[in-house]
Amino acid sequence: MSNRKVTNVVIAGLGGQGVIRAANILAEAAFLTGHDVKQSELHGMSQRGGSVTSDVRFGTEVFSPMVPTGEADFLMVLHPTQIENNLYQLREGGVLISTRMILEEGKEPDALDADDTPLTSRNFNVGLLGVLSRYLQFPEDAWQAAIRKHLPEKVHEQNLKAFDYGRSLEVTAC
Amino acid sequence: MLQESPKLLSGNEAVALAALHAGVTLGTGYPGTPSTEILENFSMLGGHAQWAPNEKVAYEVGLGVAFGGARALVTMKHVGVNVAADPMFTSAYTGVRGGFVFVSADDPGMASSQNEQDNRRYAKAAGILMLEPSDAQEAYEFTLRAYEISEAWRLPVMLRMTTRVCHSKSVVRPGMVAVKPPEPPHFVRDFSSLVMVPAFARPAHRRLREKLAKAEEWNEQSGLNRKIMKSTELGIITSGVSYLHVREADPNASVLKLGMTYPLPRQTIRRFIESVDRCVVIEEGDPYLVESLRYEGWQVEGKPDMYRFGELNVTRVRRILAGDTSPEPVPPRGKPPQLCQGCPHRMTFAVMKKYNCIVAGDIGCYTLSVLPPFETIDSCVCMGASITVGLGLRHALPHEEARKVISVIGDSTFVHSGLTGIVEMVYNPPETGHIVVILDNGTTAMTGMQEHPGTGRTLDHEPTNKLSFERILEAMGVPNVSVAENPPDFESALKEALDRNELSVIIMRRTCRLAEPKIQLYEKAAARCDKPQNGTQS
Repeated sequence: MSNRKVTNVVIAGLGGQGVIRAANILAEAAFLTGHDVKQSELHGMSQRGGSVTSDVRFGTEVFSPMVPTGEADFLMVLHPTQIENNLYQLREGGVLISTRMILEEGKEPDALDADDTPLTSRNFNVGLLGVLSRYLQFPEDAWQAAIRKHLPEKVHEQNLKAFDYGRSLEVTAC
Repeated sequence: MLQESPKLLSGNEAVALAALHAGVTLGTGYPGTPSTEILENFSMLGGHAQWAPNEKVAYEVGLGVAFGGARALVTMKHVGVNVAADPMFTSAYTGVRGGFVFVSADDPGMASSQNEQDNRRYAKAAGILMLEPSDAQEAYEFTLRAYEISEAWRLPVMLRMTTRVCHSKSVVRPGMVAVKPPEPPHFVRDFSSLVMVPAFARPAHRRLREKLAKAEEWNEQSGLNRKIMKSTELGIITSGVSYLHVREADPNASVLKLGMTYPLPRQTIRRFIESVDRCVVIEEGDPYLVESLRYEGWQVEGKPDMYRFGELNVTRVRRILAGDTSPEPVPPRGKPPQLCQGCPHRMTFAVMKKYNCIVAGDIGCYTLSVLPPFETIDSCVCMGASITVGLGLRHALPHEEARKVISVIGDSTFVHSGLTGIVEMVYNPPETGHIVVILDNGTTAMTGMQEHPGTGRTLDHEPTNKLSFERILEAMGVPNVSVAENPPDFESALKEALDRNELSVIIMRRTCRLAEPKIQLYEKAAARCDKPQNGTQS
C-alpha cells in the first residue's frame, strides 16, 4: 500500500539545463505551501552533459526521498531526447510535461532563444514549472518566493515572466 | 539559535548548520561527491572551513584541533576514508579531548565513484563510534549529538552518510537538540594517551575496548535508536536512508531503526527480534548488520545477494520483503556524461590517441575520455595511481611497448597524492624513463570547481600561497619539465618526450571552461583588494 497523499514528481533533462534548480524551486514552493517535502538528486557527473533526474515528493508525510519506480504522478522533461528513456517513471494516468508542449517537433530548446515568447533555453525550466503549477494547488506567492529564493536577483523578472507564460498556456498533457 | 524557523535543507547543509551550532573551530576535508557541499556551506554560514590537499592531511589537522580541546569537523567521500585510514585507526587509541566528528559520505550505486565500498565496516574495524542519519533533520540532530558523544567518550565519531542522505532535501527544525558550548581550547600534556609508542599503545588498545563496551551499554538508552511497534507479524531492523524506504514499503511492519550502528545496542536488538514473528534486516550495501546479528546466533533474514549491488529504494525493499529474486527490470539507459564541449583537454587526449599511447589515468573529469570518441584511458584505480601504475607498467613491459606508457593526472589529484609518485619515479626510474602529463585546468573540476593548493586560493576563493608545480618538479630532480598551453605545443612536447628514454613531466595548462568566468571574478576581486598573502613575505 502506498501513501495516497504523497504527490510524486520526477524532473529529467541533461546536465546544465537546470533540472536540479527546477526541482529546488518546486520543493521550496511545496514547503512554503505547508507540505512535508523530500527532494532527491544525483550530483557529480551532472555538469558533464549527461542525463540528470531529480525527484520531488510532497504531502502530509513523506518517507523515502526517491519516487518508487513507475509511480510518478508528473514527469517533467527538459530535453526532447530525454522523454523516451524516462517514461518508465510515470504511473499509468500520470501527466507528462515536456518540451513537446512548447517546441515544434525536432527542435531543441535553443530554438526558444529566437522566438518571441518570454521563454529562453536558460529559463524554460521555470516556464515548464509554470505548466506544472496548473495541476498543483500551490498559492501563486509560494511559487514566486521559491523562484526568487533559488535564482540570482538579476534574472528574477525574466523567470517570473517565463513562469507566468507557462502557467497561462492552454496545453493538453500528453 | 534555538528558535530558528523550519527550513528545507539537504543533509549536507544540515550537517554544516549543526557544525555551526556546535561551535566547531575548524572544518576541513578534501572535495568528493557526495560530501563536498558540507564544508562549502559551513564556510558560507560563517564557519572556518578549509580544503586540505587530501583526506589524511584533513583528518590529522582535525585531530590536532581535537587534541587541543576544540571541536573539529572532517569531511570526505567513502574512498577518502581509505586515504585517512592510517590516522583514523590510531585515533581510536589516542582518543580526543575536543569533539571530533568525521563524515564518511558513501556512494552506494556509484553515482560518482570508482567503487561502492561500505564504510560501516571501518567503524567496526577501527573501533570508532558510528552514527547513521536517515534524512536532513537527523543529519542536523546527529551531528550535534556526535559532538556530545565524542566528548563524553573521548573518541572520534564517524557520521556515516550516503548519497541519498547527503543530497536529499527535507524539512529541518533546527534547535531540537542542545549541545553544551565547547570549552576554551588549551593543550594538556598526556604522553600515555597521545604518544602511541608500543608501551603506551598496548594499554591504549585495552582502554579502547573498555570504552566501547561501556558505549554499547550506553547506546541501549542513547535515544538514537527508535522502535516503531505495529504488527508483530513482521519486524524490520534497518538504518540510514533504508529506514525511509522501509516505512513506505510496508507501513504495517514494526521497525527498529538504528541510529548508532557501532557499537550496536545488542540487548535492544535481541528484545526486538524476540517480539516479532519474522525479522528481516534491510540495509543498503554490505551485510554489515545481518552478519553482526547472525554472529550472535539470532535468526534474522537478510537480503538476497542481488540487492547488495546499487542503492535500495521503495520498490527494491518491497521485493526483498516479498522474497522476490526474479530479474529486476533494467531502466532505459540515459545519455552518459562526457568531456564538456570546449574542454581544453579534449585536444590533449586527441594527441595522445594519435601517438597510440598506453595511458595510465586517474580520478577526475578526464577519466571520461575512456568513452568514445577518445577511448584513451587504459586504467583508473584511485587518486594518484596514474603515476605509479604507469611506472609499474614501464618496469614490466618489453621496452618497445613500455616507451608508449604515459601517466595522466589532473592538478588537484596531483596535489592530493601525485607528489609521492613523482618521488618514486625519480628514485626508481624505469629503464625507458617515463612520461607524466599533468592536466592543469586550475580547479578541482569534477566535484564542482573547488580550490586546491595549486590554485593559490582558499576554500572561499581568497588569495593564499600558491604551489608551483614546475618548481616542485625541478626540486625533486625531474630532468625534463615543460609547460604547454595549446595542443600544438603539447604535441611537440609529447613527441620529444616519447623519443627519449628519460623522465619527463609535461604540464598542459589550460583553464577549465566551466570555471573560467568564476576564476576571472576571483582574480579581479583579489586585484581590487590587493590583500597581502598569508605567510608570504610582505
